[in-house]
Amino acid sequence: MDFADWASETTNWVFLVVGLAVAFSAFRVVTARNVVHAALFLVATLAGTAVLFLLLSAEFVAWVLVLVYIGAVIVLFLFGIMITRAPTGYDKGLDADKKLWPAVLSVATFVLLSWASIEAFGSETIQGVGEPTSTETLGLALLGRFVMPFEVVSFVLLAALIGGITIARRDLDPIEEEQRRAV
Amino acid sequence: MPVTQFLILAAALFALGIYGLLVRRNIVLILLSVELMLNAVNINLIAFESMIRSSDAVGQVFAVFVITIAAAEVGIGLAIVLLIFRNRKSANVDDLSLMRW
Repeated sequence: MDFADWASETTNWVFLVVGLAVAFSAFRVVTARNVVHAALFLVATLAGTAVLFLLLSAEFVAWVLVLVYIGAVIVLFLFGIMITRAPTGYDKGLDADKKLWPAVLSVATFVLLSWASIEAFGSETIQGVGEPTSTETLGLALLGRFVMPFEVVSFVLLAALIGGITIARRDLDPIEEEQRRAV
Repeated sequence: MPVTQFLILAAALFALGIYGLLVRRNIVLILLSVELMLNAVNINLIAFESMIRSSDAVGQVFAVFVITIAAAEVGIGLAIVLLIFRNRKSANVDDLSLMRW
């Protein structure tokens, strides 16, 4: 596929703009000197990803991403940042001093993954742009073919709920507990 | 639309996640990098689903599962961070060298 073909599709230009925004905000997530800014850049990354999902005709998953990630996970992150009193301002000690090898490893991973993707799927195209998968299909798959993993995941969520409360709960002092029992 | 552009973007997000995971010192920021990597995998799953268009949207179902597990992971992870912070007064991984020899 040459550039003229590529440029003739409007969706490609949408991808280019959104994809660059996503890549930039992801870069800022890992380089931001301010913890709160890093979390807010993750919001931008996820919002861009949701747009990409809409482009890839995955409407339900896009809104699940917005609800679960931007709605719940980021709030949890901001809560975690505030409660651990992480340095919310500019902080130099946020990153390790040696950055060369992580950077080399990350670039190598990127090159390897991109090369493998191009080698394996270089000629494949996205099917049915603008024909969203219906939520009905997804719901039937979740409660039909994938009903077993669905139940397991719900159990995992329950375990995470109970585990989160148990881990984060402040244990009472033995003396305090004794007093409480006496009353 | 060629599918490779989505795969390359996902590879970039994954690589940035690895970088953040190795470079960051604050546990909350490490968890943010993990989220970035999970998100990259989600993009791949959705892109492949749009490429093969299976009859029961397998890729999207998997992406929903990944999102669910990620939410559970953040809940447990931040609970652990909270506990560590309460006991050691720090959310910095360099301070957690008790089990290192």
